[in-house]
Amino acid sequence: MHSPSNIETSWPDAIHAHFRRVGIRQVGYVPDAGHSRLITLCRDDPTIADVVLTTEEEGVGLVAGAALGGQRAALLMQSSGVGNCVNMFSLLRNCGFGCLVLVTMRGEFGEFNPWQVPMGAITGQVMRLCGFLTYRVDSADAVDEIVGAGCDMAFDGNLQIAILLSQRLIGRKQWTR
Amino acid sequence: MLDRRDFVRQLLADRGDLLVVCGLGSATWDVAAAGDHPLNFYLWGAMGGAAMIGLGLALARPDRRVAVVTGDGDMLMGMGSLATIGVKEPNNLAVVMLNNARYGETGMQPSHTHAGIDLAATARACRFKHARTISRIEEAADVRALLHAGDGPIFVNAVIKPEDVPRVLPLRDGHAIKQRFIAALSSDLAR
Repeated sequence: MHSPSNIETSWPDAIHAHFRRVGIRQVGYVPDAGHSRLITLCRDDPTIADVVLTTEEEGVGLVAGAALGGQRAALLMQSSGVGNCVNMFSLLRNCGFGCLVLVTMRGEFGEFNPWQVPMGAITGQVMRLCGFLTYRVDSADAVDEIVGAGCDMAFDGNLQIAILLSQRLIGRKQWTR
Repeated sequence: MLDRRDFVRQLLADRGDLLVVCGLGSATWDVAAAGDHPLNFYLWGAMGGAAMIGLGLALARPDRRVAVVTGDGDMLMGMGSLATIGVKEPNNLAVVMLNNARYGETGMQPSHTHAGIDLAATARACRFKHARTISRIEEAADVRALLHAGDGPIFVNAVIKPEDVPRVLPLRDGHAIKQRFIAALSSDLAR
């Protein structure tokens, strides 16, 4: 089980703490194993409206609407979801909406499903092409610093920030056949 | 069937503190034709996104009424967002779909609604509190009242005539549209 003292499993708590620190009030997501603990933390947090999406591109609209209303929002998605968002990301660029997207990677370290590979292999490049400053986290002890910086850049700097959480970080043991 | 300009003008008459998100293309031109307003968020792209922008805004500002005015093409592309809105059940959100059963901006090709696909029924299935179809201008006052005081989420399938009307183009710069909206809404806060 998740023990808060074990950074290998408690890194989602560090992300949630940054959400609290910068005042994120809406979190959009499509249910995902890699993000499951963070999703639970957000759902249990009365200061955060959790919005379960049918497809990730809905979340881009959510972020824009939240910002128009004066709230900060973050998106959680799997690498496959990045591909679903491409045209909708133009909303962020055209209007200069700050945006934080946390992407759990598939199609890399320890992947058992080859169908995840084509999108996973281009996720970082796609995010960069769509105008996101894109960072990658490979180890649990780097989550706090990188997500903290990403939050500040997205919401103070009004930038589009993507943080790719590597499959090695998430742990391949979670992927069951 | 409704005259789209006449209907939108009546819908937004004496709009009070209503916040309006306009779907790309003809819906944006219609809202602009009814009178430019800083609390209009005009879309010129991001097809399929209007209803979700409305949801994010409605959740952020539960003290305000939010109206999404969009076309059937935009709504079809974002059909899943009706389910997403249904899960959150925002009381202050209305989606008004101007349904000409055509893709007006690309040459009036028939849309799925032309083939009888009923998005009011979809909205009803997605737990919208009100989901109705209107086609007579006499019903505009009812819809306007719903926008301001009805129990949301609300979905209105407004059947409009499939006619080409002159374009009325509002601000095009996305940053300007956003900043103007945010500035107007936050100065409301200071009032």
